[in-house]
Amino acid sequence: MSDPINILVKKKPKQLDWPESPRSVGWTVPHSIKLADEKNPLPLDCGKTIAPVEVEYEVYGELNEARDNAILILHALSGDAHVAGWSANADELGRPWLKKRPGWWDEMVGPGKAFDTKKFFIICSNILGGCYGTTGPGSINPETGRLYGLRFPVVTVGDWVRLQERLISHLGIKRLRSVAGGSLGGQQALEWALAYPDRVDSAIIIASAARLSDQGLAFNAVARHAITTDPHFQNGDYYNNTTPNRGLAVARMLGHITYLSEFSMHLKFGRRYCNGNGPGFHLGVDFEVESYLQHQGEAFVERFDANSYLYITRAMDYYDAARWGEGDLDQACRRIDSRLLLVSFSSDWLYTPEQMKELALALGRNKKPVSYANIQSSYGHDAFLLEIDKLTHLVRGFLEGRVN
Amino acid sequence: MAGDKIRRFDHDIIYELIPEGASVLDLGCGDGELLTKLIRNKKVQGLGIEKDINQVAATISRGVPVLHLDLDEGLAGLPDNLFDFVILEKTLQAVNKPLFVLEEMLRIGGAGIVSFPNFGCRHVIDSLVTTGRMPITPALPYQWYDTPNIHLFTAMDFIDWTRKNHVKIERGLLWVDETIIPFDEGNTALASEVLFVVSRA
Repeated sequence: MSDPINILVKKKPKQLDWPESPRSVGWTVPHSIKLADEKNPLPLDCGKTIAPVEVEYEVYGELNEARDNAILILHALSGDAHVAGWSANADELGRPWLKKRPGWWDEMVGPGKAFDTKKFFIICSNILGGCYGTTGPGSINPETGRLYGLRFPVVTVGDWVRLQERLISHLGIKRLRSVAGGSLGGQQALEWALAYPDRVDSAIIIASAARLSDQGLAFNAVARHAITTDPHFQNGDYYNNTTPNRGLAVARMLGHITYLSEFSMHLKFGRRYCNGNGPGFHLGVDFEVESYLQHQGEAFVERFDANSYLYITRAMDYYDAARWGEGDLDQACRRIDSRLLLVSFSSDWLYTPEQMKELALALGRNKKPVSYANIQSSYGHDAFLLEIDKLTHLVRGFLEGRVN
Repeated sequence: MAGDKIRRFDHDIIYELIPEGASVLDLGCGDGELLTKLIRNKKVQGLGIEKDINQVAATISRGVPVLHLDLDEGLAGLPDNLFDFVILEKTLQAVNKPLFVLEEMLRIGGAGIVSFPNFGCRHVIDSLVTTGRMPITPALPYQWYDTPNIHLFTAMDFIDWTRKNHVKIERGLLWVDETIIPFDEGNTALASEVLFVVSRA
């Protein structure tokens, strides 16, 4: 029997905006562009350079004549360039899972939504080292003619943003109206404001922080350990063989624990058993939470590359905004010349409200035009994908609000 | 002071008191209306602090920077003398730790501007005495059960605090029957609202 409180608090089923809906950006097709070649390789923080670099990106809405209505959306760990709408060529891309649901922030991006495609030209690109169309460990290494695997260079959030800057310049955009993202995407938005202060009017940083917490580092370490100790990992050269699915699934399961809160887990599963009654007296999947995590793990390996998971979590570990101030966050903040909106969620223990408050105060101490809001939510870190009404209210107000 | 333009006693006076280009921290900034006017018309560098998320959202919608923080937790992240002025516009009576919040105001600001409903106003006292119930006046419009004012106090209580803590009163103004008169200890019972500009002596 399900707990009555569950029925009361359970989230209403997600209302998907179908491609025909006036609130959807409709059918989408990603673009691909080469943004680095031998003559013009991309310099990386590790000291190396990389070329060629292909970037997959999507755009919605229209760039106005002044080219000043563009907003760059930045995706998180497992995201892609497909922020909104429905993929028109999921099979062709070899990503059949895209047919099941719209883009990962479809509720935030579209006509009349927080990032209103009637007003703004929305851009999102897949990050360097990812596995969704942008060059990554699964791409061909020009030096060997074989897939990179672990010969792919270690990339950073700074590298991602440097590459995004090439995309923005390629699109003929001098200044972005805003850069926005949640979690690791929020860190990219912050990095934009630090690296290119004269190119961004505003930055929206959600469920994120100037750096990952110590606990976050530890979780990432375990996630990578699960992948690299999978017998199929083969030092990253598994592309023509069985992939390290068990390790990647464990990494994802661990990730999902950090995305939920104790309370949201309680609401979702409590201590309920899969069979609805009591213990089955076996060591397999018996609790609902076990079944959920297993499902999340299994679904993830269908759509994600284990090597990309290693590289992206490493970039997440390394990110520290204070790098721009020789280790001093206050000094780093002095560089910023954008309006900022910071949003945290009360039950997020991966990127905590305290961390966001710390960043807000560092900006406040430097008299930067910063706003910070902590949304009461039980959804934990996942709230940046779920608290749509509250986020929409804040983001829309921030984008439209002009005091001068 | 532009007496004929005054609509809201403290709001309009604070607006007049703040010089062009000053830096201002508004503690309990509500929907950010005052900061909006100060930033727009007086080129003030302004920041609000507000506890209520809906008010925070309203302030953000005006394009005014605001931090969603609880004053009772203090503002340890903000250094001494960061702002020229720190405002407590009808906020002090609604916080849990008024003395702590006053200390923070004096620490962070070169000067503090404090306004509050005066519980020592004779209309308030009359209302209490004649009805035997918690007074409801234009300055104190709430029922006892829904009032945000959890620490009601009088102008003289505030004066006592300044003396005990060596706080200098730079300026005092009383709101008496829709007019502004200079602060005078003998007159506080006439004032429904009061405003003080204070600084560390």
